[in-house]
Amino acid sequence: MNKPLSKAIAEQVEIIAEHARREGLDFYPTIFEMLTAEQMSEFAAYGGFPKRYPHWRFGMSFEKLRKQHKYGLGKIYEMVINNNPCYAYLLNDNLLVDHKTVIAHVYGHCDFFKNNYWFSQTNRRMMDEMANHATRIRRFSERHGLERVERYIDTILSLENLIDPHSVFMRRDHEDALPGQAISKDPSAPTRYPAKSYMDRYINPPDQMSSERAENKDRQAKAQVSFPSSPVRDILLFLIQNAPLEDWEADILAMIREEAYYFAPQGQTKIMNEGWASYWHSTIMTNYVLQDHEVVDYCDHHSGTLATSPGQLNPYKLGIELLRDIEFRWNTGRYGPEFDACEDMEARRHWGKEKAPKHRVVGQDSPGRRKIYEVRALYNDVNFLDEYLTPEFVDQQKLYHYRQDPQTGRMVVVNRDFETIKRQMLFMLTNHAQPFLYVLDGNYRNRGELYLGHRHTGADLEIKYAVATLKELHRIWKRPVHLHARIDDDHILFSYDGEQSTQQHIDENIDKPSHMV
Amino acid sequence: MVLPINNDHQRFRKIVKGKIRDDLRKFLTRGELIGREGKKYISIPVSGIDSPHFRYGDNNDGGVGKGDGQPGDTVGQPGDQGPGGEQEGKHILEVDISLDELADILGEDLQLPRIQPKGKHSITSERDRYTGIRQTGPESLRHFKRTFRRALRRQIMTGQYNPDRPKIYFERRDKIYRSWKTVLSPQSNAVIIYMMDVSGSMGDEQKELVRLEAFWIDAWLRRNYQGIESRYIVHDVRAGEVDRETFFHIREDGGTRISSAYKLAHEVISRAYSPSEWNVYLFHFSDGDNSSESDSRECCSLLTEQLVPALNMFGYCQVASAYGSGNFINVLHEHMAKEEAVITSRVNTKDDIYDSLKTFFTPGR
Repeated sequence: MNKPLSKAIAEQVEIIAEHARREGLDFYPTIFEMLTAEQMSEFAAYGGFPKRYPHWRFGMSFEKLRKQHKYGLGKIYEMVINNNPCYAYLLNDNLLVDHKTVIAHVYGHCDFFKNNYWFSQTNRRMMDEMANHATRIRRFSERHGLERVERYIDTILSLENLIDPHSVFMRRDHEDALPGQAISKDPSAPTRYPAKSYMDRYINPPDQMSSERAENKDRQAKAQVSFPSSPVRDILLFLIQNAPLEDWEADILAMIREEAYYFAPQGQTKIMNEGWASYWHSTIMTNYVLQDHEVVDYCDHHSGTLATSPGQLNPYKLGIELLRDIEFRWNTGRYGPEFDACEDMEARRHWGKEKAPKHRVVGQDSPGRRKIYEVRALYNDVNFLDEYLTPEFVDQQKLYHYRQDPQTGRMVVVNRDFETIKRQMLFMLTNHAQPFLYVLDGNYRNRGELYLGHRHTGADLEIKYAVATLKELHRIWKRPVHLHARIDDDHILFSYDGEQSTQQHIDENIDKPSHMV
Repeated sequence: MVLPINNDHQRFRKIVKGKIRDDLRKFLTRGELIGREGKKYISIPVSGIDSPHFRYGDNNDGGVGKGDGQPGDTVGQPGDQGPGGEQEGKHILEVDISLDELADILGEDLQLPRIQPKGKHSITSERDRYTGIRQTGPESLRHFKRTFRRALRRQIMTGQYNPDRPKIYFERRDKIYRSWKTVLSPQSNAVIIYMMDVSGSMGDEQKELVRLEAFWIDAWLRRNYQGIESRYIVHDVRAGEVDRETFFHIREDGGTRISSAYKLAHEVISRAYSPSEWNVYLFHFSDGDNSSESDSRECCSLLTEQLVPALNMFGYCQVASAYGSGNFINVLHEHMAKEEAVITSRVNTKDDIYDSLKTFFTPGR
């Protein structure tokens, strides 16, 4: 479909890959393709994949992107797909120096995809998988009608964020109990610790055992009445297993859930991923491949990418600065109890300066580099900021906390307090800024009604959207659906029974679900 | 190459048009669309296209920014962002749509029949289009690039070209000229003559109604004819022709003599728009408060004898006004009932525009 890369660019790909490897980056084979602006908009609308299922939403983003490009409001420099092999796209009207920057940047991403723990459970054959989804959904559209399938996908997409990004790392009891799987264990058996026979009655005392068994039985009896047995955060899975869906509907739901899980780690590691890639494009470009005559263009585009406008944090900038800060701190030994306890500002400022490497560091040849390689393998945005954001860094980067002034309606700087800023940043990142919702009862009031709960973590749900989304949920569940949410410190039950939406204040007279948030 | 995205894009456009159709009444009453007249595309804000999600409201605790500033200083709008940003935009989408498409939606929704131009398909217009090249022609049409290329090629071939002193000489055989083809295209022309009462009883509110109504009349007729002209006449006791800008902004007061405008319209038509070549549309906006009974009678006779025979349609649109009798519409009903080309409607508020347009264009003339 696309022309092969020109010789000059293919050469650069080889050279930059070589430098990246020398610096210790470890990536899947990476295939670069050259696209026109129009194609780039198309690929971007499809989330980077050449084949997606038919849906108007992609057409909408296509129109937005194309318009953006046309009016010069935004240009997509690079796009890279987490896949094995990685696919990356270059924009054909870029300068060679841009291509070089993008290639180096892409190798940063590819390394991150391959080595970051949060990506470890993603499907590395997603390119094929997406194409399969496209084929299957097309087939459903032919059989059941395009409009019907599209309308159904609309519904699923409005529930798409109701997944549990951590669940891919856990085994859950409802997964163990998939139909067809025999449960071999005695369900009420108490926890027994392995012990030699003569020690058994001390390590596993019989009276303790019997009381635990009774307790377990009790809990199970309760669990049998309550359904699900504990609050469920992976609401999409709950729907697949329990909603009255036709086969094709369940299949589409499962596919879109799979795609949501595939994209989740990218949302969880935005700052780190972009920071890491920017760190490497900057390192590789300035240390190896930048030519004298390209410096101005490189600087212009590099600073454009890292520019921060007021009122908005740029993940590229935040990520690269924080990584550099970590590298610096570990090179100079500015961590650990001794440093933390030091209150002499002057001493802190000059701490370990003599230890900083005097020569150019290649690969993991310094404590700082080793540390950031470790960080890129283990962290996601939330614990990255939680652990490595320091008051010095906040001060140096001139971060501030802003909010709307209730009088003027304008956004104003509130303060530069470290704790507030950190709390605010973590809040913005937790759960990818999505609210936490749980299935609290799948058989509410013993009438097969669905009861969801919102775990309030500081911000209220948007009521208008919540009501509209409940209606969509009802199309799947087909029995009345309820949502318990806290709005202005008041507990409200939003319900939709297929005909009308109601809101009521939750008090003693309202039946309780099986679980509470 | 057909991109696979095109199908999805088509679907999206279709959904957008559906949305616009659903909200058409709302758009009909929006003045701000009119400001963009003259452009081929207009942006329409369409809301509620994206699927709803459970999401946080905007009542949260602000955010974290970066830069200089003391507590209390205003931060730039969070909307504008650096090139690296990837924030989701607002939930209202601005969609570009062409006026033609908008007119189609209007037509579909109001179930307006396409206008059948009076039997004048034979009228053709001639246009020259430069489509080809040839070896002879006037120097003014010389195709410089091609000529240059040929001369260069010739000099290289004959070995006269010296890269150090690149001088290119044209010879006659190098010269290439543009050539044209005359294209005949069938054309049905139309003229819309708008007349407005600007007497003291027509206030700003009334004029706004007229503006909106005229915009949509324009849009629909433009969709139906390739070439369309508009003329504007204002009147109180005397009538005068004005340009578009003046038409909508002029302030006059005084009495009303409607016949003055009709006479002028007749003059304009007979001077420039022969009924055998033109589809003529006449629209009159007034609050219906004519000065005298006798003038109203004169209007009717002017209409029957001179104007209506030359017209496709005469539309009389009466806007509500706080003053006056508003009797003229009744006079028309009384005397012109058997004239098919005369159509009347009342517009009291912006919401009536929808029905008014429907009344005017349902006959499909």
